[in-house]
Amino acid sequence: METVLSDIFAVESIRQDFPILNQTVHGKPLVYFDNAATTQKPRPVIEALAQYYEQFNANIHRGIHTLAERATAEYEATRDKAREFINAAHREEIVFTRGTTEGINLVAQTYGRQVLKPGDEVIISGMEHHSNIVPWQMICEQTGAKLRVIPVTDSGEIILEEYEKLLSEKTKIVAVVYVSNSLGTINPVREIIEKAHAYGAKVLLDGAQASAHLDIDVQSLDADFYVFSSHKVYGPTGVGVLYGKRELLEAMPPYQGGGEMIKDVSFEKTTYNELPYKFEAGTPNIADTVAFKAALDYVTAIGKPAVGEYEHDLLTYATGAMQEIDGLRIVGQAKEKISVVSFVMDGIHHQDIGIILDTQGIAVRTGHHCTQPLMNRFGILGTSRASFAMYNTREEIDRLVRGLHKVKKMMN
Amino acid sequence: MTINETQDEIIEEFSLFDDWEEKYEYIIDIGKKLPPLQEQFKTEDNIIKGCQSRVWLHADRDDEKVLFAGDSDAVIVKGLIALLIRVLSGHTAEEIARADLYFIDRIGMKQHLAQTRANGLLAMLKQMKLYAVAYSTMSK
Repeated sequence: METVLSDIFAVESIRQDFPILNQTVHGKPLVYFDNAATTQKPRPVIEALAQYYEQFNANIHRGIHTLAERATAEYEATRDKAREFINAAHREEIVFTRGTTEGINLVAQTYGRQVLKPGDEVIISGMEHHSNIVPWQMICEQTGAKLRVIPVTDSGEIILEEYEKLLSEKTKIVAVVYVSNSLGTINPVREIIEKAHAYGAKVLLDGAQASAHLDIDVQSLDADFYVFSSHKVYGPTGVGVLYGKRELLEAMPPYQGGGEMIKDVSFEKTTYNELPYKFEAGTPNIADTVAFKAALDYVTAIGKPAVGEYEHDLLTYATGAMQEIDGLRIVGQAKEKISVVSFVMDGIHHQDIGIILDTQGIAVRTGHHCTQPLMNRFGILGTSRASFAMYNTREEIDRLVRGLHKVKKMMN
Repeated sequence: MTINETQDEIIEEFSLFDDWEEKYEYIIDIGKKLPPLQEQFKTEDNIIKGCQSRVWLHADRDDEKVLFAGDSDAVIVKGLIALLIRVLSGHTAEEIARADLYFIDRIGMKQHLAQTRANGLLAMLKQMKLYAVAYSTMSK
């Protein structure tokens, strides 16, 4: 099985595409296991960025000169690619943002502000990132709506029966994470959406962690809103996508005012531009958006099913090997997981784990992962988290395991 | 011993280590040996806001001298606290306020002062100096 997998999945040649991986940290070859925070960038993405600035940097959409036309075409080509990547029905349903966080804030402050009335309810889950908690708390405070939270099991799974009990005619918005950043849990979003729609509520999916690992089909899921970030899908930082169903986006008021989002401006009245430009005020992050396409092309060329299968093998291998370590406990043991292993070690603070692993050249993330309510749920202050991407290997997991044995030796 | 003499002594000690592992083994060792802060001083007021570990710092006075005690729930940070206490505790407020802590860089621990929010070392150092400044204004 292993040989078959590695035959199909050419991880060594993929690693060659990521120049950053070829370096030593504290004298040891880098093992990068902080992919849930941000993924590294393949050479085509880095080259696309340089090419943009070297060959066709210009402000987009209203220029009539050649460079402006080229920049506009490339920028809009990313929109087409992003539409295809999540299988949206229409290109104007793809709104570029700064990232997942901005996408959620946009929906909360436009759609949320429009529909929420005092007494209405917004449902989130107990495993949300702070980015999918705070924007809803803010809009609830502003509108008098109430925030309800779906509880989570000990294994780190949403309790669907409790979700059903929370749903009512008062529910207007359900905002849940597709894949938990802290635990790796893949949530049953199809069911969550179906049940919400039965009450006429709209659903926003936080796709930040899901998009690099799972095949995303917003039409098949029937998601009303789907948000994700480029930098977690091997693309540049500072760009994200908000998908919204066309009829919803059309009915929503604009988010920010400024250039680009207008049709006509006079001091008496301004009319707004059509979709998606109504939500893209000001000069956007052109360079990073253009290079984002190279990232999506790269992932598509390798193929997410192949990536998913390979990463699943890494997850199974890591889970088995890490469970063997005495005193180590994996936090988040859902049946459906992406390649994330969050763990605690008896009597050892996660910060100490992170520092000692770093001296071995191994990068993991430690802390509460911006999910403090979830950490409280498990009665811990934080975890150490190893998250794997398509360029990681079993050999690197072996190094992590050896590193963790070293942590134990040094700390005891 | 002056602040700088202690710093030079620490630099000398660290020069014996060959790699990161040995340095951290030493820091872990002194972290474990640092006497725990008495529970009554582990107050909200004494907590230094760091993102990852909890750090407490308590200051007291003995005549002209400022005495520091500290604690953390993470061992490496506790070792770093022990080093700061060894350098600064028992000196006058003015000496502490004026101290240039070059030893942190020289022993290769400067990354712990970075603005990563990863730990409270920078905040702790600031707090120690703030205590010193507060005490020296009080005595004037």
